[in-house]
Amino acid sequence: MTANATILQDLQEKFGQGSVLPEPGRDQIPAFWTSKEKVHELMRYLKTGIARPYKMLYDLTAIDERVRTHRGGQPESDFTVVYHLLSFDRNEYLRIKVALKGDAPRLPSITDVWPSANWYEREVWDMFGVKFDGHPFLTRILMPTTWVGHPLRKEHPARATELGPFQLPLEKVDKEQEAMRFRPEDWGMKAHEDGADFIFLNVGPQHPGTHGVIRIAVQLDGEVIVDLVPEIGFHHRGAEKMGERQSWHTYIPYTDRIDYLGGVMNELAYLTAFEKLAGITVPPRAQVIRVMMSELFRIASHLVWYGTFAQDVGQMSPVFYTFNDREHIFDIVEAVCGARMHPVWFRIGGVAQDLPKGWDGMFRKFLQRMPKHMAEYDREVMKNRIFKARTKGVGAITVDEAIDWGVTGPMLRAAGLEWDFRKKQPYSGYENFEFDIPTATHGDCYDRAVIHVEEIRQSLRIIEQCVNNMPEGPYKSAHPLAIPPRKEQTMHDIETLITHFLGVSWGPVVPPGEALGAIEATKGNNGYYLVSDGSTVSYRTRIRAPSFAHMQTLPLQCRGLMIPDLLAILGSIDFVLADIDR
Amino acid sequence: MTTTIFYILVIAGVLLVPLNLAAGLIWLERRLLALWQDRYGPNRVGPFGLLQVLADMIKIFFKEDWIPPFADKVVFVIAPAIVMVTVLMAFAVVPFTSTVVVANLNIGLLFFLGMSSLGVYSVVLGGWSSGSKYSLLGAMRASAQMLSYEVFMGLSLMGVVLMAGSFNLRDIVEAQHKVWFVIPQFLGFVLFMIAGIAETRRLPFDLAEAESELVAGFHAEYSGMKFGMFFVGEYMGVMLISVMISVLFFGGWLGPWLPPLAWIVIKTFFFIMFFILLRAGLPRPRFDQLMSWGWKIMLPLALANLLVTGALVLAFK
Repeated sequence: MTANATILQDLQEKFGQGSVLPEPGRDQIPAFWTSKEKVHELMRYLKTGIARPYKMLYDLTAIDERVRTHRGGQPESDFTVVYHLLSFDRNEYLRIKVALKGDAPRLPSITDVWPSANWYEREVWDMFGVKFDGHPFLTRILMPTTWVGHPLRKEHPARATELGPFQLPLEKVDKEQEAMRFRPEDWGMKAHEDGADFIFLNVGPQHPGTHGVIRIAVQLDGEVIVDLVPEIGFHHRGAEKMGERQSWHTYIPYTDRIDYLGGVMNELAYLTAFEKLAGITVPPRAQVIRVMMSELFRIASHLVWYGTFAQDVGQMSPVFYTFNDREHIFDIVEAVCGARMHPVWFRIGGVAQDLPKGWDGMFRKFLQRMPKHMAEYDREVMKNRIFKARTKGVGAITVDEAIDWGVTGPMLRAAGLEWDFRKKQPYSGYENFEFDIPTATHGDCYDRAVIHVEEIRQSLRIIEQCVNNMPEGPYKSAHPLAIPPRKEQTMHDIETLITHFLGVSWGPVVPPGEALGAIEATKGNNGYYLVSDGSTVSYRTRIRAPSFAHMQTLPLQCRGLMIPDLLAILGSIDFVLADIDR
Repeated sequence: MTTTIFYILVIAGVLLVPLNLAAGLIWLERRLLALWQDRYGPNRVGPFGLLQVLADMIKIFFKEDWIPPFADKVVFVIAPAIVMVTVLMAFAVVPFTSTVVVANLNIGLLFFLGMSSLGVYSVVLGGWSSGSKYSLLGAMRASAQMLSYEVFMGLSLMGVVLMAGSFNLRDIVEAQHKVWFVIPQFLGFVLFMIAGIAETRRLPFDLAEAESELVAGFHAEYSGMKFGMFFVGEYMGVMLISVMISVLFFGGWLGPWLPPLAWIVIKTFFFIMFFILLRAGLPRPRFDQLMSWGWKIMLPLALANLLVTGALVLAFK
């Protein structure tokens, strides 16, 4: 009996035959439809009642179904709310869908089951106008509060040119400024207590310690943090909306800019999902090239994190050393891909070009140099006593808290759970590589640093294996949906010429269906949930970004600490604003 | 007549040389940091980028002299002047050589301690009068830090005073003919050095400024020449502490072959560079860690040092 059938039987026994309907998917993830009356109970059961429970709310999003043509026997729905759960015991995702009708749909909130649902539900309200009953503070999260409409609804325009010229008269400036004012009482914060006033400090959106445009409203008692509210959305560029406008192929450059330190790693997440959806298998050489370049970017991203984290606790120099190393990485990336930070190098079914002549020399030089540098940074940063005093015991979270809040990646491993999607759910041939998963026990800032540093070493190991065992063969799949198609045969027969022409001018036409593809990205689990309506563009592109979930844990980590700790924690989380806001 | 001219020259020199050197130090610090951090630093304006300071000065003089509307105007203007005045006053008692000294006070050391602690008013008032929360937090930190470090700064020097038998800085130097005080008073030297860094608010004790936390701390609202005064004041503070370390523990102008003035300059620059190296190397401790370190470790050590020195001086008298 398949996993799908087991869980279906279990749920139908518990909730009755008609309340849980299975849906066949393209990605081997069990998927069920349920009703909005049952969903809350079902979620609680899946989290706490069922054997081998689904402990993590991996993602929560919605689909505007009103203009979708290929629904393939799915229940009638105007807006579908989609929950993705993750079970660590089963090593399996689960997709639950709830069909909603009408223009102002509502359903019960699950914030009392998973605290992490808070931001996700706010995002769905912001983007789709779906109301969650029982949510503690359902307001816009990514768009400004003055925004009219819900951007991811199909009737909402996607291009600025559809909106008419933009004007910003003074009254509007005042109105927008006033909307930005932080009102403590909105968040249930008291302005004073026991005859003393609290200071409300506005950290960001322009602040050297926040690494980008995020605002954190901090309630202070002296320098002690009573509570804080992270406010996001300043970096929101509508990446998901753009997914519904760009062709499957031309969307790849946009993914690079989601976690802008991760470079090709983002493309890998997108293409993992896409290739599942289109049923493309990638040839071994392309897989190894992808792994090699992705790990190179993991190192680059971790190096940025290393230097800036040290800078956040006041150490001035390491950032220059790690950026120098990153520069060497970019030299390699440039030699291979032609671009540096956003190489847009992976293509559907493979990579853009074969590796250049003499590529391995650069890699070997880099592999030789790095261990020595890493040892230097260990001496300078990790063994520094002030650094330890600043980071040990600061911002600690437990494994249970981490899972409850949807935390993945180095932060989860620092808390003590040995969970790496490269090992647990191998993709792109990671099962063929030897590497270890570093873990720690305290889950504090220092342990996160330990994990990051060790991961750089493990990535070097993986790259070394790639360099030594690069397979021969094609660098791109011959699958007809692999775009752009390989050009070698196009001048020989008319069939391939036509396929090439269509592939390049339209892009691939993907059969209707849905797929979730997720990878262990630099900062945690990065997943793409793609819905195809049998067209050249995506019907819905959902980006599950790790930083979004991680930033939501900030108040949990900071309460009772001091301002310098806030900055240390912000540094240790390893987030990128573009990854939070998308 | 000649002595009068000599005194005027000394006064002018003590007034102008530190001021200009402080500006030059900005260049030195940027170049040294760059060297240690594998980059170039300012190297475009003039030979080795030396004229960078001049360019910066011209820029800073012509910047709009802006006072935020929410600031307390009078205090806001006075604050940056305090740091300059107190540091320059402290320079008055420093014996650069046995003759080059503006005021040979018999309580020179106490005068120096008093002046350097007055300097904190500049930070506190500047931060408070800015009317900004970041500045206020910076000022708060500065005053707390100064309270805890001022105490053992004075105490750490009492060993030197006991051994020299005088508060007069010239006498203290003269007492080091046989052996520099750094050897018998090593603990006192370390304590004074740490307190001195705290006094000048340099990394790892730059909590009042804490760029990555408080943006710019107490001087976040300052611009133009007022900011420049804080900036130059900080470097003058570094010079003052360095020259005091040389005078109190490293025999001041004493040294073979070279003229006395050369020795004091060499010694002072050595410590200035050490300050810069510290900035390149160390992270910043947290505010409460700094305080408990000051009260729980440094203060008892300073007291112990004073007791032991006192006992020994008494025993060998």
